[in-house]
Amino acid sequence: MAAHLKKRVYEEFSKVVQIPHEEAPAKKLRLSKPSKSAALHIDLCKATNSTDALQYLLQFARKPVEAESVEGVVRILLEHYYKETDNSVRLKIASLLGLLSKTQGFSPDCIVDDAINTLNNEKSHQVLAQLLDTLLVIGTQLPESPAVRQRLIEMACKHLSDTYFGVRNKCLQLLGCLGTVDTPLTKDNEGLGTSTGGVRDVQSVISDYFGDQDPRVRTAAIKAMLQLHERGMKIYQIIYDQACRLLSDDYEQVRSAAVQMVWVLSQLYPESIVPIPSSNEEIRLVDDSFGKISHMVSDGSWMVRVQAAKTLGSMLQVSPHFLEQTLDKKLMSDLRRKRTAHERAKELYASGEFSSGRKWADDAPKEKVDTNAVNLIASGACGAFVHGLEDEMYEVRIAAVEALCLLARSSPSFAEKCLDFLVDMFNDEIEEVRLQSIHVLREISTHITLREDQLDTVLAVLEDSSRDIREALHELLCYTNVSTKECIQLALLELLKNLNKYPTDRNSVWKCLKFLGSRHPTLVLPLVPELLSTHPYFDTPEPDMDDPALLVLVFNAAKSCPTLPALFSDHTFRHYAYLRDSLSHLVPPLRLPGRKQLYGLDSVDSGCGSGSVESARLFLQQSLNRVSTIQNLEAPGAQDLLDFTIRDLQRLGELQTELAGAADFCATYLRCQLLLMKALQEKLWNMAVPLCLKQNAMATAAARQILEETYKLEFLYSGLESRQVATIHHVRLQAKALQLVLTARTRRGLEPLISSSEKFLQEVESFQRLFLTELPHLQDSFVEKVLELMPRLSSCKPVELVKILQTTLRQSGLLQLKLPEQIHRATATIIEPTGESDNPLRFTTGLVVALDIDATLEHVQDPQNTVKVQVLYPDGQSHVIQPKPGDFRKPGPDRHRLITQVYLSHTAWTEPCQIEVRLLLAYSSSSSSSSKPGWSDSTDSLPPPEAAIEGTIPFSKPVKVYIMPKPARR
Amino acid sequence: MPEIKVTPLGAGQDVGRSCILVSIGGKNIMLDCGMHMGFNDDVDDELEIKAYYAGHVLGAAMVHIKVGSESVVYTGDYNMTPDRHLGAAWIDKCRPDILISESTYATTIRDSKRCRERDFLKKVHETVERGGKVLIPVFALGRAQELCILLETFWERMNLKAPIYFSTGLTEKANHYYKLFITWTNQKIRKTFVQRNMFEFKHIKAFDRSYADNPGPMVVFATPGMLHAGQSLQIFKKWAGNDKNMVIMPGYCVQGTIGHKILNGQRKLEMEGRATLDVKLQVEYMSFSAHADAKGIMQLIRMAEPRNMLLVHGEAVKMEFLKGKIEQEFSINCYMPANGETETVSTNPSVPVDISLNLLKREMALGGPLPDPKKPRTMHGTLIMKENSLRLVSPEQALKELGLNEHQLRFTCRVQLQDPHSDPDTLHRIYTHLKSVLKGYTIQHLPDGTVMVESIVIKVSSSAEDTNTKVLLLSWSYQDEDLGSFLSTLLKKGLPSGLC
Repeated sequence: MAAHLKKRVYEEFSKVVQIPHEEAPAKKLRLSKPSKSAALHIDLCKATNSTDALQYLLQFARKPVEAESVEGVVRILLEHYYKETDNSVRLKIASLLGLLSKTQGFSPDCIVDDAINTLNNEKSHQVLAQLLDTLLVIGTQLPESPAVRQRLIEMACKHLSDTYFGVRNKCLQLLGCLGTVDTPLTKDNEGLGTSTGGVRDVQSVISDYFGDQDPRVRTAAIKAMLQLHERGMKIYQIIYDQACRLLSDDYEQVRSAAVQMVWVLSQLYPESIVPIPSSNEEIRLVDDSFGKISHMVSDGSWMVRVQAAKTLGSMLQVSPHFLEQTLDKKLMSDLRRKRTAHERAKELYASGEFSSGRKWADDAPKEKVDTNAVNLIASGACGAFVHGLEDEMYEVRIAAVEALCLLARSSPSFAEKCLDFLVDMFNDEIEEVRLQSIHVLREISTHITLREDQLDTVLAVLEDSSRDIREALHELLCYTNVSTKECIQLALLELLKNLNKYPTDRNSVWKCLKFLGSRHPTLVLPLVPELLSTHPYFDTPEPDMDDPALLVLVFNAAKSCPTLPALFSDHTFRHYAYLRDSLSHLVPPLRLPGRKQLYGLDSVDSGCGSGSVESARLFLQQSLNRVSTIQNLEAPGAQDLLDFTIRDLQRLGELQTELAGAADFCATYLRCQLLLMKALQEKLWNMAVPLCLKQNAMATAAARQILEETYKLEFLYSGLESRQVATIHHVRLQAKALQLVLTARTRRGLEPLISSSEKFLQEVESFQRLFLTELPHLQDSFVEKVLELMPRLSSCKPVELVKILQTTLRQSGLLQLKLPEQIHRATATIIEPTGESDNPLRFTTGLVVALDIDATLEHVQDPQNTVKVQVLYPDGQSHVIQPKPGDFRKPGPDRHRLITQVYLSHTAWTEPCQIEVRLLLAYSSSSSSSSKPGWSDSTDSLPPPEAAIEGTIPFSKPVKVYIMPKPARR
Repeated sequence: MPEIKVTPLGAGQDVGRSCILVSIGGKNIMLDCGMHMGFNDDVDDELEIKAYYAGHVLGAAMVHIKVGSESVVYTGDYNMTPDRHLGAAWIDKCRPDILISESTYATTIRDSKRCRERDFLKKVHETVERGGKVLIPVFALGRAQELCILLETFWERMNLKAPIYFSTGLTEKANHYYKLFITWTNQKIRKTFVQRNMFEFKHIKAFDRSYADNPGPMVVFATPGMLHAGQSLQIFKKWAGNDKNMVIMPGYCVQGTIGHKILNGQRKLEMEGRATLDVKLQVEYMSFSAHADAKGIMQLIRMAEPRNMLLVHGEAVKMEFLKGKIEQEFSINCYMPANGETETVSTNPSVPVDISLNLLKREMALGGPLPDPKKPRTMHGTLIMKENSLRLVSPEQALKELGLNEHQLRFTCRVQLQDPHSDPDTLHRIYTHLKSVLKGYTIQHLPDGTVMVESIVIKVSSSAEDTNTKVLLLSWSYQDEDLGSFLSTLLKKGLPSGLC
């Protein structure tokens, strides 16, 4: 049997030889590349049954096809298509056609006709749908050709009346993706029952299918209409009524799409007026649609509910009257009006009485309601959010909370109203929802002031065992406004309780107290005697300095309340001095009576506020201007000027935190220039090569350092524009030129020089490619000169090239740095471990110990991929650990929190020793834009893209941790 | 006319009793009547039953009963607001002929459950922090589990240490079933049960009688729920004297029970044997009911879209209000029969008819494949009723099957017309006239002196008395009845004078 099979295989191989003979002339033209089409043709001819053919096609689909042979392959496929009787094979061929026309560099306009022809003779509905899909691909590949587009649209219209839903779906999709306003469609009226003849436009054709019998087609029709909208076509207002009718469709996907459609129209025609059915009133369209979408929040399908709730959040133009209805609820018990718990709490608060709640029926219904006035079914916007927030599925609740946030941010009065509901959500059963509602409350906190009873509910959450929840709540309290001094007291008490229960929250709680104090100085003032426990006659015990929570609150309140320090007792001043030093980030500089001389500097600082930022900015700009006067890198005195400017800028960065990023950025950039200048001014350039080995080493080190600094400049700072990136790359290019020149001087032999000079030229080219738009700004720079000489450079010998580079480097001027608007340096602070512990972490060698790391990151983009933890052991071993994406939290804009564990292990030590832990910022810079792979796995044949340069920048201070791996006991 | 009859036997305008008799499609069905364990009930072949989630207690279901194309939905008790351990009732757009719904809370709209929960938790938490004991009298099933989950998760969230006890007995058995049927609970419990089954309580332990005297704070769930007997009463007596303690009544208390008395503020209770009990502990009331309120009922109606509505399980006055609302909002009939009264609802069931493929294909060839809502079409066929089946076939096939000969039925009609022209001229004038009026029809002027419009033949002859009076002879077949009668009326009006 096996022998027989083998024979058959050989037989088939022999066929393989035969057929290429016939195609030989064609092969000659296609150079050395093996012809795909020929191979495919052979395969397909070999196929005896449809299963085989399918197998061949599947195999074929796995391999990429070069752009130039696509057309040939398509012809072969089409040939087989016409011969083939099996539907599934034709289907596969049709899908392959679509796939092939997506090949990069291939323009499918040559196969449009063939594809349309196949469509005309096809009987199978499935294949027809697939062919239309192929046409869709072709159409999207040829956006510039109106003729093709027109033909495709005609085809789509012709097949719209097909009985199979898939075909109608594809036709609608095609119309949605390709249909245009300006070209009206003519539906041919022969043999088509649905056609009415005459000129129709895409939108009305599509909207005919809003009433199709198949829900899938209805969905496709709405989707197609939405696609038209996405492509920038203005949807007619008449569609609105039809879309509204679809909101009560039997099928959820139709309703879901209809919600989107209604939303789109409400954004297009917010102000037009629509009538209310069964009355002669009229309202704005956006209000009407808001009501209708609100109604969908109590739909039967949760997908629709999520969609509706999300959509509500983006309807900001709705009138306040309708908006407030969404929170409306009327309670009733035995036909008597009952007040909601929210209303009762508010009244209790207003009457000054504090919660009783002891009596049965203290919520007993009072007045009788008019039976006619009760609206049992939520009509319109009524109670939409009340429903959404109590939904069964947490997805709906989250969507509702988010929508509330968006609406509340744009309407302060609504924010006030939704407060009670948001506070209620703090009690949700799912943590995600609780967390989200806390975040939302923080975001709208500028609009609101919490009442005492509300604050009480909020504070109850402080005991939550989840750290995320507590920290979110602390963050919320930082931004909250409260109304009375009792509130402050309450918050303080609860925070202290929180601190007691969860000591790890120390930093977060202190920070929270800092803001609480500085936001409400006048409310803190009456509490001060109690807080500091001062007494008119008696000396009271001094507070414990390890627990400065109260003092943080008081000092921060004192910052903007000058009468407050008068209440301090003597030791409070001493404590202030101590805390100002030890916790300077929490304790602000204060102007204290009689201590001016001591804190002179501080008080100046705090005195000038925003004016100082302006003057600092001015100073920064002046410094840069001064530096820009340096024409030539060799100008006398230039080095000194740079030295001083760098020093100034560094100090400025320390003093003015707002400008730290910009100042650091400039200083680093100038340092690069300085290094470059120094390297070029060495005497070595005038000396004979063998005499200056030492100087050479210095210059080489300078070049390497410049390269490192440029990577820092590029990746450590956020807010850079392409102009700055170009400047940075320019410096890097200079450094590389320097390196090249140095290599030429030190190394003998041409081989390495040739390759490195080639590499340099490539870099120059890629620079030109990347920063084409920036080139005009780089006048009189090194790169401009190099580019001028480029034709000569690429043809000349390496030695000559080096010579030219050397002179260009020395002649080129200093490129002026233009500062972007906002520039921030990525920073990281490790909060934990603190590095203060004297107790080593003991563990058995060979096993691991987990070290908790808690760090805050600022201005880091995409920390999940870039931030890594490095552990350095005393023996020089270093490990880089990538934290899990879930370990990063985002407590605020531009801020991240990393709470993770790293595992340490080492062989046995005799003494405890310190390891260093620090955070690294990883970067990868590919100098050439990598080309995207075509389809499937076509990269395997291509050479790998130019090696990306990868590296890491340490961006946090290292923290030392004492560890002691012990030998295992036997 | 087919009908559905509904007779409540216990549940009509009444709370607390049940049983409803429904006659549908020739079958009698007893709803909510209780069954004898161990008896096998035969379910009819033609009866279709579908259960929907009702959310009231674990395993509660609404049933959709269908016989042929007539259907009834009976809700039983249901809850439209999700709670801590169960989801909300849900039904699809099944459009039943009658929806029979409970209406316990027909005149109530409830506040959000969150406020209630928060109040409850806050009170328990405060008492426990003070060092007091909390007694929660419950019935074994339903709300007991809800409150357990509520406290359990709260304890977990807030890291509390005070013990929670659950009095033994039926409740333990019930909890066992809750553990088993996780799929019937709500989203949260279903999602987290892979890590931990929420009903495997971490903080809630079984209660022992001796624990009641333990010092320190604790929370105890004890049966029964109205403090009328049993363990809950025993514990209550022990704890009543201390004002740090608290009792929370989570539900309704019947008049005469201790629960009812203390809720009404009575501070001195007379116990059996002359002894009096001073009630110093705090008494709280909190309603955790799992029935749909008026809004919930309306929401269910909106979801199911029934053709008729029938209310049971409620007080007549309250039902009256809801009935009015339902009729107003949905414009459907709403009934509320009392016990023993029968309501009859006539239904309009759809009758399935088989249509022959040939007829369909012919129809499709005539007017395109897809139905167009804007242009309804009529279709001609013959309905054959034979042996309990209905078929729609083409007339030819019907004739063939029934072995009948086709008979032609023709209508003829004479129309008198005043026209001075000669016969052929008149005929020609009629021809041109019809040609201008009937566009899109085939009109032929045949050489044998007739005009054919489709299959209608028109002949002209002069009257014997008066040559100016022409007699038109129209003849059409039964199939062209519409066109024929149109033509005859048209021609009776005479010919317009402007014709040549």
